[in-house]
Amino acid sequence: MNYSKKQLFSLVALRMVIGWHFFYEGMVKVLNPAWTSKAYLLDSGGWFKQIFIEIANHDAVLGTTDFFNAWGLTFIGLALILGAMSRAASIAGMVLLMLYYLSHPAFPGMEYLFPSDGSYFIVNKTLIEFFALFLLFTFPTDHKVGVCRLIRFNKTEIKP
Amino acid sequence: MSEEPNNKKKSISRRDMLAGLASLPVLGVIGYGLLEHEATKQRLREKGLNNLQFPVPAADMKKVDGQTLRIGVVGCGGRGGYLMKALGFVHPDRIDDWEKKAKKEIFWADYLKEFRNREDLNIQITAVCDVFDKNAERALKTGANVYRNGEGGAMGAQPKRYLTYQELVAADDVDAVIVATPDHLHVPIAIEAAKKGKHVYCEKPLSWTVDETFEVRKVVKDSGIVFQLGHQGRQTESYQVAKSIISQNVIGKVSLIEVCTNRNDPNGAWVYDIDPEANEKTIDWKQFIGLAPWHEFSLERFFRWRCWWDYSTGLSGDLFTHEFDAMNQIMGLGIPASAMASGGIYFYKDGRTVPDVLNMAFEYPKKDLTLLYSATLSSEKNRGKTIMGHDAWLELDENLTVYLDPRSTQYREKIENGILEPSKPIYSYVPGQGSVDAITTPTEKYFAGRGLLYTYRNGKAVDTTHLHLLEWLNCIRLENGTQPSCNIDQAFEEAITAHMGTISYLEGRRTHWDETNEKIT
Repeated sequence: MNYSKKQLFSLVALRMVIGWHFFYEGMVKVLNPAWTSKAYLLDSGGWFKQIFIEIANHDAVLGTTDFFNAWGLTFIGLALILGAMSRAASIAGMVLLMLYYLSHPAFPGMEYLFPSDGSYFIVNKTLIEFFALFLLFTFPTDHKVGVCRLIRFNKTEIKP
Repeated sequence: MSEEPNNKKKSISRRDMLAGLASLPVLGVIGYGLLEHEATKQRLREKGLNNLQFPVPAADMKKVDGQTLRIGVVGCGGRGGYLMKALGFVHPDRIDDWEKKAKKEIFWADYLKEFRNREDLNIQITAVCDVFDKNAERALKTGANVYRNGEGGAMGAQPKRYLTYQELVAADDVDAVIVATPDHLHVPIAIEAAKKGKHVYCEKPLSWTVDETFEVRKVVKDSGIVFQLGHQGRQTESYQVAKSIISQNVIGKVSLIEVCTNRNDPNGAWVYDIDPEANEKTIDWKQFIGLAPWHEFSLERFFRWRCWWDYSTGLSGDLFTHEFDAMNQIMGLGIPASAMASGGIYFYKDGRTVPDVLNMAFEYPKKDLTLLYSATLSSEKNRGKTIMGHDAWLELDENLTVYLDPRSTQYREKIENGILEPSKPIYSYVPGQGSVDAITTPTEKYFAGRGLLYTYRNGKAVDTTHLHLLEWLNCIRLENGTQPSCNIDQAFEEAITAHMGTISYLEGRRTHWDETNEKIT
């Protein structure tokens, strides 16, 4: 896929900031052994509320969820920043974001203990980040700016 | 930026290198951010916590081996049933009910599993006594349910029903007695049992009148029985941690403690359901009245006895005692020098004689502090327990949170240097977690600040009532004179303090404790 310089710059910048967000959130959790999503999950709302509460109430399930969440965020973030397998990372990131959205959907009448930083109706920042990742999946930039470029250059490319 | 269309192995140009590793500076900046984040956390841990020592929570109390203890239960209603459940015995129809719910909800499946796996305390319920036939009959089936089965399942030997507590405590196959009757019957039963050498677990409050408080203390001490008052808060982990935090001077000099009761539903205001099977034929009314002033048969008085001084100790004896015992455990308060109370029947104008709003101030001049209690049965605004120190205040329920006072002397330098943030939670303790953490993330701060970080018991379900009973059984089995945490002396302090408040309310005056002569004046 070919992009103009402006297009490439904007796409890479988006990839970097989302990667930054994921990586930092992930590492903060990884570095804090006492961190758990329990309180957040217990505060869930919406159609799938019960499932998230059940997760929170089962230590083994919660431990696994916390582990995959923290490391998942970290690796997704790293992949996006480095530009390595960022399409797969975008999909994985979308899965995580959808889970966050479903546990705390911005539906009218829904209130959570942790106050929202703005006024939202169905669309909130989680959902926007979800679609931003979808955009990155559709317009990959790894092969232009990213580790992927170096790896590809080491291989013999077959002409289509 | 088009790719070279050839099949040759490409070499990496400087331009490729730059584009390939363009993100490294980004990682560097994030790395710096993470290092800063960690350093702040470390600073809080090292300098904020001052290397505090915390006790290992007593939740892992071990059962003392010994012979099977034979228990008699006097009073098999709501609380009596709850205590039997804490011992591992429930009516088979409750197991059926849990099994039905367990099919729909994981919570109940776990609940049932936890109950079935709960340690066998090596006891037998051999005797039950209740003045209401239905309660007694249910207790018979409960006591027989040694295998924790549903209806139709295998049952053990059924306990014997006694029509009077006097007969029950005299029975040869009763080693220890649980008293879970209305307040006005606690002492007569406890005394009768102690005189017969039977160990006693008595529900709170210890006593209904001042005089009997002295009497029961004497009889229990003379008899040498193992006595435990039913304040299961003694097993609450956060209270044990609070005691440790205060003893290490984390919050500075304490001059005010505020404890509260906030309920706002008929059940919380003691307006319990009246059982349709209850009538003059199924209730031994005369025995229920006991030493209380005579009153003609009344279902309302029988089921809602907490609303009348004739059988109850009101807010002071019923609910303040929980708060008092918590603070007595944490701060070793003892009996106050004076008490001043006021309040009234402001919401539940249903014929009750006990107030539904009560405010009491207890003075401890030797300790330089006031214990303040405020209760309402018509508002649920949660006011919690707060221990106010000069350097920090400590908020307490199942969890514990310490907030830094902005005007603290002890922490002034740390506040000025930005190591500690004033008015923010600085330590929080979560039951089951086994550690006290310095709070760092914004989410943690928010949830901890609202006291909502963990509204559950982490890990194993810990039933404090189970632990409280276990402590009592352990002391009995040790046979070396060891008394449990809420022994007769603690119970005496609890009852006298509550009575001082009640007398002050009823007589509209300040009451005093004459320590030398052990008298309320």
